[in-house]
Amino acid sequence: MASQAIIFRETKDGKGFYILLAVLGAFLALGALAFFNAEHHGHHVTGMNNQIVWGLPHVFAIGLIVAASGALNVGSIGTVFGKKIYQPMGRLSALLAISLLIGGLIVLVLDLGRPDRLIVAMTTFNFKSIFAWNIILYNGFLALSAVYIWTMMDRQVKGYYKMAGIAAFTWRLILTAGTGSIFGFLVARDFYNSAVMAPLFIVMSFAMGLAVFILVLHFAYSWTGRQLGNAVMNRLRYLLAVFIGGVLLLEAARHFTGLYIAQKAGVENFILFEGGVYTQLFWVGQILLGSLLPLSLIFCRKLVDNRVALLLAAAFTIVGGFAQLYVILIGGQAYPLTLFPGAEVSSDYFDGVINSYVPSIWELMLGLGGVALTLVMVTIGVKVLRFLPDSLSDAVADPHSK
Amino acid sequence: MNQNRVDEYRRNFMTALGGVAAVAAVAPSFVLQTAHAAGEVAAKPADQAVTDAKRWGMLIDVTKLTDGGAAMVAACKKEHGWGDEIHSDATQKAHWARVVKVTDKLTQNSFSLPVMCQHCENPPCVDVCPTGASMKRADGIVQVNKHTCIGCRYCMMACPYKARSFVHEHLIDQKAHSPRGIGTVESCNMCVHRVDNGQLPACVEAAPDAVTFGDLNDPNSTLSQTLKAIGGKQIRADLGLNTGVRYHGI
Ligand code: SF4
Ligand code: SF4
Repeated sequence: MASQAIIFRETKDGKGFYILLAVLGAFLALGALAFFNAEHHGHHVTGMNNQIVWGLPHVFAIGLIVAASGALNVGSIGTVFGKKIYQPMGRLSALLAISLLIGGLIVLVLDLGRPDRLIVAMTTFNFKSIFAWNIILYNGFLALSAVYIWTMMDRQVKGYYKMAGIAAFTWRLILTAGTGSIFGFLVARDFYNSAVMAPLFIVMSFAMGLAVFILVLHFAYSWTGRQLGNAVMNRLRYLLAVFIGGVLLLEAARHFTGLYIAQKAGVENFILFEGGVYTQLFWVGQILLGSLLPLSLIFCRKLVDNRVALLLAAAFTIVGGFAQLYVILIGGQAYPLTLFPGAEVSSDYFDGVINSYVPSIWELMLGLGGVALTLVMVTIGVKVLRFLPDSLSDAVADPHSK
Repeated sequence: MNQNRVDEYRRNFMTALGGVAAVAAVAPSFVLQTAHAAGEVAAKPADQAVTDAKRWGMLIDVTKLTDGGAAMVAACKKEHGWGDEIHSDATQKAHWARVVKVTDKLTQNSFSLPVMCQHCENPPCVDVCPTGASMKRADGIVQVNKHTCIGCRYCMMACPYKARSFVHEHLIDQKAHSPRGIGTVESCNMCVHRVDNGQLPACVEAAPDAVTFGDLNDPNSTLSQTLKAIGGKQIRADLGLNTGVRYHGI
């Protein structure tokens, strides 16, 4: 029963640290360039138009925001549900959550038509708007996650640890429900208008957030020469499978009901069968590569304890998540609005036709800039503060497992 | 419909027609002749707040639009100066109003109508706007406050009529009465600058025989009377938005 105490330590100075920062810095610079370009010329340099108004930056932003709330889960399982093996990872989990959220929000804000009016968005609220609610939810999430980290790092406030964890966990569920509801409440668009959107986004966040966590955890340990045992990684591995399964279940429910509801049948047919790139992204990107492939990598007997297989599973889960968001966001807008049910409509303004959208390189740069910002924050975070346990070897993390 | 109802219907229709004819007959004595042929608008003194006493609306009789509404759209474009953006491509250019051709898949019956902001009583665009920049005036006119719009485009996602546009570039040569701006969203504002002045919206003026403009709250207005007599449908009435723009003949 001689369990070793968990010791947290900053990561060491090293060449790798600076190389990593330099690479991420380059992406940050490209992101900034993309922002200034669109800011200077206007959004006509992007691929977005008046039919597809939310483009690739929104896919990145929502992907990061969704992953943020999911990343906090690892900590929550330790705190809220008292699973001891997860507790040492709580600090990283909350740091990652904050970083992902800020990375996502920055993309969202910089893609606004008037980013200079951020102060207006922060001070004038229309409380009927889910979007306004989300601004409050995001700020609250940042604050609660910070307090949660504080209760984990400072012995003096240790007594509030559980409370902070529960508060952060509850908040994150509301937050993701809010993100999903941004779409769920849109009566105008056949593909969105559905109560399933909120739970779907919650499960998506579980899967994407955990996948990001697995990758960050692995590389943080291998690049700093620390030990990370299979006991921890296998827990995360099977948890990931459960979440991927959850997403599949809700997606199936959503599409099957959609096919039965006459009003939604058109857009469901479009996405599932006739939508070209969206159909391919759905079946190949989300279902095959993003769900079935990771599931087989996780459950293949020969690959038990295989770290590369797990990392690939996590990476493909993220790919699948982005494909899914692209289909929901862009595919949902590409399908024309129904002005007259049962009739064909046409105009010189693209009524009745599938809307086209080709993301521009600027939008990709902006999105990747947000990802880079997230990773910079994590890299510097673990460098200056004690976020990472010195070792998560099997003997330390789970002495009872053997 | 039994015979009594038909008679009643016919009576109402004739009364309404009579009303329109009467207004047309006395109109020459007014300065705003065409304005009064198509509806009544009283100037709103600038120092008076907008109240909910009125609800502005219009009835577009599609059967009387020989061009499907093209002249109305052109008048709107001229009045507000949208759609001439230099750098934006066709999908990115602003569009406040457009002519939509509708063909029933089963019967092949076909007609055209102009579609612009429908000035919904329960506007989804206003509900979702985080800053309150999308707003509905007490008199039912829905518009965007260009100073508080952050360009999030959520209202565009929410509008069932594709009535809103985002300005994709810097604009030059703007109309003083219709300020527009890069990075913000805009849409038909029922020519609020004209209506407050006692004039008719530009599109209504461009099709005086087909469009009636006026106060939906006043049961005696020509608009209300005509609507009562000949009826007016909403596009996507199923959404329950109670639009201020109604169509006859769709
Ligand atoms: S038509 Fe669209 S823009 Fe106009 S009020 Fe209704 S929802 Fe808003
Ligand atoms: S784009 Fe402007 S008007 Fe539209 S919802 Fe956003 S802030 Fe409101």
